[in-house]
Amino acid sequence: MIDTSLFQLVCFYAFAAVTVVAALSVITLRNSVHAVLALVLTFFSTACIWMLAEAEFLAIALIVVYVGAVMVLFLFVVMMLDIDQEKIREGFVKYLPVGLVVAVVMLVEMLGLIGVRVMHAQTMGENPATAAGMSNTAWLGMALYSQYLLPFEIAALILTVGVIAAVALTLRQRTGARKQHASEQVAVRAKDRVRIIKMAAERPVETPPAAPVQESKP
Amino acid sequence: MGDQLIHQLLLPLLYTICVVLPLVIAVALYVWWERKVIGWMHVRMGPNKVGPFGLLQAFADVVKLLVKEVILPTNANKALYYLAPLIGLVPALAAWAVIPFSDKAVLSNANAGLLYLLAMTSLGVYGIILAGWSSNSRYALLGAMRSAAQVISYELAMGLCLVCVLVLAGSLNLTDIVHAQAGNKGLFDWFWLPLLPVFVVYFISGVAETNRAPFDVAEGESEIVAGFHVEYSGSAFALFFLAEYANMILVAFLASILFCGGWLSPFPASVPVLGAANPVWLAIKVFVFATLFLWFRATFPRYRYDQIMRLGWKVFIPIGIVWVLVAGCMKYYGWVHVGTGG
Repeated sequence: MIDTSLFQLVCFYAFAAVTVVAALSVITLRNSVHAVLALVLTFFSTACIWMLAEAEFLAIALIVVYVGAVMVLFLFVVMMLDIDQEKIREGFVKYLPVGLVVAVVMLVEMLGLIGVRVMHAQTMGENPATAAGMSNTAWLGMALYSQYLLPFEIAALILTVGVIAAVALTLRQRTGARKQHASEQVAVRAKDRVRIIKMAAERPVETPPAAPVQESKP
Repeated sequence: MGDQLIHQLLLPLLYTICVVLPLVIAVALYVWWERKVIGWMHVRMGPNKVGPFGLLQAFADVVKLLVKEVILPTNANKALYYLAPLIGLVPALAAWAVIPFSDKAVLSNANAGLLYLLAMTSLGVYGIILAGWSSNSRYALLGAMRSAAQVISYELAMGLCLVCVLVLAGSLNLTDIVHAQAGNKGLFDWFWLPLLPVFVVYFISGVAETNRAPFDVAEGESEIVAGFHVEYSGSAFALFFLAEYANMILVAFLASILFCGGWLSPFPASVPVLGAANPVWLAIKVFVFATLFLWFRATFPRYRYDQIMRLGWKVFIPIGIVWVLVAGCMKYYGWVHVGTGG
């Protein structure tokens, strides 16, 4: 009754439809927070499609990295922005030709990719992970850390350079800014801040004032 | 035909209910236990009127919350306002799919279980952010901002801790990770010993990730009233509450499973009866970790916000990175025995 391959096909079309609708709403929704959420949905349903294609690691990595971290920061920034919606829509007609050209180029490229894929369909062979009898994640790890170790490390290095560059951009000397130094704060001892003085609980009674009182009596 | 339907649809549904229903009851009891423990620490009685020892207090509170009105603030984003508690709750419940309760009792014995957990715990923050934004309130938005930055920072530290565990265990499957901690020396075979700094970092990150005291700046009653859920009332508020406590119990489960041998006994296998692996051991460990959460809350004052960020980025992440290398060396040179062979 429940045919697995048919069920998979139905799932694929369902996820694909959600992906397309969500991707379209990213560029059509007026509210920018809604657009970011639509992008999250796009990523999520793309991950579901990859899961169907037995690319578990990539699918979960997409959710952990993009949905869980990158898009949260996106949302963070977009919520803080004070965007004037009308101003953004003003340039729509002006940029339309450029946008159309980009869209056409991308369409041609994608069609070309599909054509190449069809020609190579026979040579692709079966899933190497299943052939090796390993889980998708284990096989990917093996391949990345043995066969492709050097490219992998180079990619990591380039990303690190990017991180350092981004941090360096925010490092600038501001005059008049107050900073807190945690090490100094931790190193503070009570005797640096508080001076304890020993003194009597009561002030000693002073005798001199007694004399003037007597003078004013008569 | 009908047989297949039962096996593929109804049984998993039944098993899911068998996990979710006890979880919800556990959350209610946990809330009661929190109020009791904190009461004792303050030299008070805690709840003691409803039912024996006040046990039914939490259930009475749930009923009260459910019959209250859910108020929609003016100019709030209606759809997102109602959706946010659900977005917070669903990942908190979905994560339980891969948690093993004993050798056999697990909903989905997925190979990439640990990755799935990371994915699910990273989704929970959307509920908080959306709640803060859609409420149309300054306090709620501030709470959401704080929470987003904090959760992302501590997720990195947490991820590095999990990498250490999976380097030693050589698997992402939670059942396999528990099996990798089996041995003849009882509790000294578990991963907490070779990964001691990481174990501490993991648990503290878990407290920060669930926005609990002393890291509860997202709620910060004394500064921003109640943070992201200040506008929520009734059952919508109850859902946030449920998600938070389910996540706390989840962190307690993970600390027990990843670092403290899950259902394995702390005694060597040669000890009769006590040496046998039993889910009761898991329950005891989870209870201890869950109570630690409450102890922290009663003991520590709230961290200042910049100190939270400093702790996450400048202390925990470097410790995590260094210990990934140490764990790699331990595995490579065979300093740690993995599995029953040791």
